[in-house]
Amino acid sequence: MSQIQPGTWVEIEQVVLTPAQRAPTLPEDTKGVPYVMRVSGFLVEPAELGGPARIRTMIGRELAGTLMTVNPSYSHSFGATVPELLTIGLRPNEEAGR
Amino acid sequence: MTNLPFYRSTARDTSYAAVMARKNEIMKASMGIDYDDFIWSPIAFDYERMMAETGYSYADIVRIQRETKVGDTPLHELRNLTEAVRRIAPPGKGARILVKDEAANASGSFKARRASISAYEAAKKGYRGVIAATSGNYGAAVASQAAQRGLKCIIVQEVFDSRGVGQPEIVEKSRACEAYGAEVLRLTVGPELFYVHLRTLEETGFFNASLYTPFGIRGVETLGVEIAEQVRARYGQDPDAVCITHAGGGNLTGTARGLLAAGCDRTRIVACSVDLSGLHMASDRDFNRKSFTTGHTGFGVPFATWPDRADVPRNAARPLRYMDEYQLVTQGEVFYVTELLTKLEGLERGPAGNTSLTAAVTLARQMDREQIVVVQETEYTGAGKHHNSQLAFARENGIEVRRGAPADNVPGKAIVIPERLDQVWGKVQDMDHLRLSYLKNAAKAYPVERWSESDVAFLAADLKVDPDWVRQHAG
Repeated sequence: MSQIQPGTWVEIEQVVLTPAQRAPTLPEDTKGVPYVMRVSGFLVEPAELGGPARIRTMIGRELAGTLMTVNPSYSHSFGATVPELLTIGLRPNEEAGR
Repeated sequence: MTNLPFYRSTARDTSYAAVMARKNEIMKASMGIDYDDFIWSPIAFDYERMMAETGYSYADIVRIQRETKVGDTPLHELRNLTEAVRRIAPPGKGARILVKDEAANASGSFKARRASISAYEAAKKGYRGVIAATSGNYGAAVASQAAQRGLKCIIVQEVFDSRGVGQPEIVEKSRACEAYGAEVLRLTVGPELFYVHLRTLEETGFFNASLYTPFGIRGVETLGVEIAEQVRARYGQDPDAVCITHAGGGNLTGTARGLLAAGCDRTRIVACSVDLSGLHMASDRDFNRKSFTTGHTGFGVPFATWPDRADVPRNAARPLRYMDEYQLVTQGEVFYVTELLTKLEGLERGPAGNTSLTAAVTLARQMDREQIVVVQETEYTGAGKHHNSQLAFARENGIEVRRGAPADNVPGKAIVIPERLDQVWGKVQDMDHLRLSYLKNAAKAYPVERWSESDVAFLAADLKVDPDWVRQHAG
């Protein structure tokens, strides 16, 4: 696998707590999964996807974890059109039940 | 997975239990407030002295907020929505609905007020940075205020479930925090957020810009004062009711304190939350079955009935001290009212303020035409936060979305959007039921037999009742 170059904007992931290390009072579904953290920053040293990596965050802190994504981005959107919303408020008298 | 530590190694034990055991010590170092100074007993403390000893006068707070683009937001009259309510109201009913456009603050919500004084205090005391644990607008507010004060900023957020799927609204908040230059620690579901928060405070020595400090709540007081001044200047009367979206209690506490400081002692303080009963707040599975990430009963009820569950030793947000009425509304009703605000008033705004707008519609319909009801906030909207985005996400997660009667809403299963305005009707909660629940929590924290006169007096003030009521209902 090709090496990712230092200075690249990446996202790393780390297991903060394994299921056994988690808080004592959790619902079953949460208790069974690890507590995971992700954070983005600039890669400090060459690293491979899925391998260990160190980053320098936006505020200059150095953190370590597993390299997950190169050039992470946000893809949240307005979502698929929900037709139920479109007809609201077009006919004020109908809104009023007339 | 690698075994490299996420944090640089510290000499101290960073296990969950060890960090939680150092909670008080970490919080003291990270705020410069010695809470022991105010505490009378495990359940009572000198609330007003704690608020006063922030060291900031009202004039100071206004000046600090103006420096960083906070406050003096417009108050709009919602003429078309008021007219629509009047069409379904009995004769003579249908109060004027006004909205305070808090989206005009830097970072797009009232939370800028809450962050502003903490950021100023942190800079004044020489901290290099600030940290807040929040998945809400507060993160962007702290990041925006920190940027303006030259402080570093870390936001600790609960963002995604164990599949790695992020709640779109919180993903948007991550984006906003990073846009303002913050480091964002994005976490899966769980109360261990507090553990990461404490550990990061200890590791960095940054200031704890908690939502629940006296600085945070004092910062919101300006919102209440502005409402009083703007309503009086334009209408020559006090607001009859102010509707406040309620989650952790700081919005309500700060606004109500501001209204009282301005002399609005007859204004009704109405809280409103989205009813998400039945969904567990720490459940990995339920996390992405909620279409509201805040302003809901998962925070609103526990924080009203025991404020001191917060990430500070004593919470400055104490909602039952000020609350006159508490309404619950459904997700579908809020989405409906959000769409009406857009189409009838030409204002596209986010879910938080529109929760209290839903309560305002219910109230206005029952109040006289000459009366005034104020919705005290709006927030920005956009990708992820937008109601279409939330409904599309709900549908992708197998939740039924349809038009119909609000009574058919089932949190996590069905979102039913009203067909007509007259179906919008917030459910008024029994305030005494909430107060009794608070007393039970107080009794768990400190046995009733040990309550002194000052404990009873504190509880009475905290519940907006007289001491006899507390004595009669204790235990």
